[in-house]
Amino acid sequence: MQTVKMVVTGPFSAGKTQFIQSVSEIDVVATERKISSDEERSVKSATTVAMDFGRITVDEDLVLYLFGTPGQKRFDFMWEILSEGMLGFIVMVDSTRPETFREARSILETFRAYAPTPFVVAANKQDVEDAWELEDVRHALRLDNNTKLLPCVATDRTTVKTVLLELLYSILQEMESGK
Amino acid sequence: MALRGNLRDFTITQLLNLINLANKTGTLVVDGPTEQAHISFRDGKLAYARIGKDDGSLALVLHKANKINANQFRAIADRAGHMTDKELGLLLINAGYVSQEEILLNLQGYFTEVVRRLFTWVEGFFRFENDLLPPEDRINVKLDLENIIIEGSRQLRELEQLQDEIPSLDMALKFTDRPLTNVNLSVEEWRVVKFVDPKNTMRQIASTNKLGELDIRKIVYGLIQAGLVDIVRPTGTVIPQNPKTYPTQDKEEQKTLINKLIGRIRTM
Repeated sequence: MQTVKMVVTGPFSAGKTQFIQSVSEIDVVATERKISSDEERSVKSATTVAMDFGRITVDEDLVLYLFGTPGQKRFDFMWEILSEGMLGFIVMVDSTRPETFREARSILETFRAYAPTPFVVAANKQDVEDAWELEDVRHALRLDNNTKLLPCVATDRTTVKTVLLELLYSILQEMESGK
Repeated sequence: MALRGNLRDFTITQLLNLINLANKTGTLVVDGPTEQAHISFRDGKLAYARIGKDDGSLALVLHKANKINANQFRAIADRAGHMTDKELGLLLINAGYVSQEEILLNLQGYFTEVVRRLFTWVEGFFRFENDLLPPEDRINVKLDLENIIIEGSRQLRELEQLQDEIPSLDMALKFTDRPLTNVNLSVEEWRVVKFVDPKNTMRQIASTNKLGELDIRKIVYGLIQAGLVDIVRPTGTVIPQNPKTYPTQDKEEQKTLINKLIGRIRTM
């Protein structure tokens, strides 16, 4: 059995666990714990402290694993471990919470430094009324025009599939360009 | 137990705080990324400091502060090399070059500046030598550490914030499409801009310009904010693919694998 992996990262409460749940054929093996901080508890009640783990079986010989990283900075020691050997990574950002954009940018730069693998940025919660527009998110995250910034709704399988496909297209493109 | 360790585990600010509270006398020797620093204390107060190749002598301090010119500095080194700093200080005061107050202020400023530079060191080993006192031929000062510690804590917070913005110095910089005209840059910024090239990592630029981690991050952050540069992966160095990424090392088989993944996700 051959296995490959992709990493889904992003700030606390960006929607990483939900993203993986939307496409995983198994129930996501989530390591969630109750949140102790009042500030974080006001956003959600449980958070990932080690990793999320989802699976997509391609055929009897090939399986894609999706790993979700913990979003809080104090668990960043897990990031490098999870990023080892990844095909590429997805940075999730909550389009309705601009206060997390700075952290998303920092996470993106951190992962970019780990490995020269392709990545895409998924602007989650684009279905919510007060979501930032994509171009505004692009400027806030300081993404250049070559970086794929994709609208996403982590609960909607179609948009999640699009994000995964766009990452795979980038990987393929990079292979073909011989980088 | 000897006071020694790594700056990663015990910061300069924490060390100064300990020396201050314990009223320690001795010399803190810190091996930083590119140079070594010696900071001496008497009864928990800063007495003397020197860093790298600088000897922390009165002549050097006054020369750096433009109180004596290069010729005078050379003449002192040639003719008064055997004098202690106290003797030299008296000579300069009597000759009307400087006042006693100026000497003390400049020494305090220089020593404080040396300690400030240490705040930007996040890596390196330190040891506190109880028996190592400042050289006897040097003038000692008596500076309270509290203000220096407060300033150090402030710089530490600043460094943490900048580390969030620029997590890795092993990345490189490239100019954006904006033309670099009518931009007022400081000398330090120009020194960095000169080396902006996707081939050079920020760490290399810092090392070439003898800048600490805080200083290079500060300058790069300013350049990014101004829209002048972008962070990019350094070119010219081939990073081998992690062998764990693909189950096969054959490029065609890798492409087939990706195409299989694409096909599977499309049909989900």
